[in-house]
Amino acid sequence: MIYALCFVLIMIGLYGVVVKKNVVKIVVSLAVMEYGINLLLVLIGYRAPKGGDMALAPILEEGVKASEFAAQAVDPLPQAMVLTSIVISLGVLALMVAICIRLYERYGTFDITEMRKLKG
Amino acid sequence: MINQAIPLFVAIPLGAAFLIPVLARRWKWIPDAVGNATMALLMAMAAATVGRSALYHVGGWGTDMGIDLRLDGLTALMLLAINVIGLSATLFSVSYMERYTAKARYYALFLFMVGGMNGVVITGDLFNLFVFMEIAAIASYALVAFGCEHEELEASFKYAVLGGVASALILIGIALVYGMTGNLNMERVAELLKLGDGKTVVFAMALFICGFGLKAALVPFHAWLPDAHPSAPAPVSAMLSGVVIKALGIYVLCRLIFNVFGASPQVLLVLRILGCVSMVAGVMLAIGQWDMKRLFAYHSISQIGYVALGLGLGTPLGIAGGLFHMVNHSMFKSLLFLNAGAVEYATETRDLKRLGGLNEAMPVTANTSLVASMSIAGIPPFNGFWSKLIIVMACVEARQHWMALAAVLVSLLTLASFLKVQRYAFFESAKSAMGNIQEVPVLMRTAMILLAALCIVTALAVVGGWGKPFVIEPAVQALMKGVFRG
Repeated sequence: MIYALCFVLIMIGLYGVVVKKNVVKIVVSLAVMEYGINLLLVLIGYRAPKGGDMALAPILEEGVKASEFAAQAVDPLPQAMVLTSIVISLGVLALMVAICIRLYERYGTFDITEMRKLKG
Repeated sequence: MINQAIPLFVAIPLGAAFLIPVLARRWKWIPDAVGNATMALLMAMAAATVGRSALYHVGGWGTDMGIDLRLDGLTALMLLAINVIGLSATLFSVSYMERYTAKARYYALFLFMVGGMNGVVITGDLFNLFVFMEIAAIASYALVAFGCEHEELEASFKYAVLGGVASALILIGIALVYGMTGNLNMERVAELLKLGDGKTVVFAMALFICGFGLKAALVPFHAWLPDAHPSAPAPVSAMLSGVVIKALGIYVLCRLIFNVFGASPQVLLVLRILGCVSMVAGVMLAIGQWDMKRLFAYHSISQIGYVALGLGLGTPLGIAGGLFHMVNHSMFKSLLFLNAGAVEYATETRDLKRLGGLNEAMPVTANTSLVASMSIAGIPPFNGFWSKLIIVMACVEARQHWMALAAVLVSLLTLASFLKVQRYAFFESAKSAMGNIQEVPVLMRTAMILLAALCIVTALAVVGGWGKPFVIEPAVQALMKGVFRG
């Protein structure tokens, strides 16, 4: 169920990228898509322990046995991946916003249908 | 020894990319010198990797926990292609990039792109591959926008949006693979996937084909390429068309299909169809173009179609033809883009209707472009002819007669469109507007002659029969090792 919601979020982002005409909205939609994927990654790493308890954050504290901890904690690797992917999407976002600003300087509009110098 | 040297393919360009803007504040000559020296070093290192294999565990962690970097025949082939084209592009940049400001930043971004691509081809870890791919992709978005004019910005935005969507699809695919197997190492994933059931694998594979198909500009996913490649500065176009679409697109696709997921007949069929459609559509769109670089960009789509078709056959001969064509294409297409850059440098235009008679004014450019045009059009005995011949033979051998026919016809159309380029730009008598044109500076000529010589040497290597065992054969073996896994 919650996986499906992730995919809904991704699809909303994709819809925005395809349909929106404002360049800033396209950038925002792309960001929404990235968030959906990050959420999906975190969810994949989630493991509910037996007995209905909440899963632990993957930080080994003093006085906790390693085997017990491994049975209850979530998988830390996807979290590391999400961190990396957030940094990457920040880089892409910064670059794209910079391009948007330059586009506005050149064309005087954010409307992508009016940027039609390239054809053919 | 070679094991320890593998990470340097990433570390050297990234380090140089950091140093260039820092040192360029003090010394003006730093960007050119360091950029070219780095690429020369990387090319020498890439040449040294041919015929070897290696494995490096990042941080000393084993295969189960850490990231592996590995070198096999295919990786060596790609490293060689990336760094040779990279060196000729930086040689060309020395004079060409004078017209743009901020040369230091240009070289920094260029080396980021090279470092990212080297990383993509040497990594053995799926998520690591994604990270390197993004490094290369972000640098290339910025390089496409380097001129900061209307067209550049528009093309770069388009490229960045489609590239972003592609990366997103790829990341979903990686997430699914991790969810299925709990591992990201390509070798382990391949072993674990053999045990599991098929449905999620099919979905992940579809995501990867869409994602990397976008990066490789196969036809339904090609819309960004004819804008992005012509808008970039010429050496960057040469890199983008010559190696970026291959290292980020085709290389990863064939690595995943053959070595990780296993080449199922359905996936190979999809690859063949994508290849055929790209081949035909690319050349149809190319033939009507009047902008020289745009015409070349459409041909990139068409030629990538050949590569995908060859790989999609899945037979040793088909894979050999596909990989050989990929290498050949990186040589002659980079050369063509450098020629277009030289023409633009000398005449300030690349509109074929306004050009003419450059044959006398620019002999080096004219002759090297003739070599490249004949190679891409598949005139014997140039290298493009041999790789296309191998692909057509492989098609016939695999009983794909229609595809063989399509490959031959597309080759004829390619010839037609390059005759057009040669006639309008170089052979036809000079137009009145084209007075007082001079040949380009010596370093630009050197870069073009280097690539033209490579085209001819490869052709001779085929005729003489001594090139294949060293470079292509190990790459084919690297892929064939896993072909019948699925």
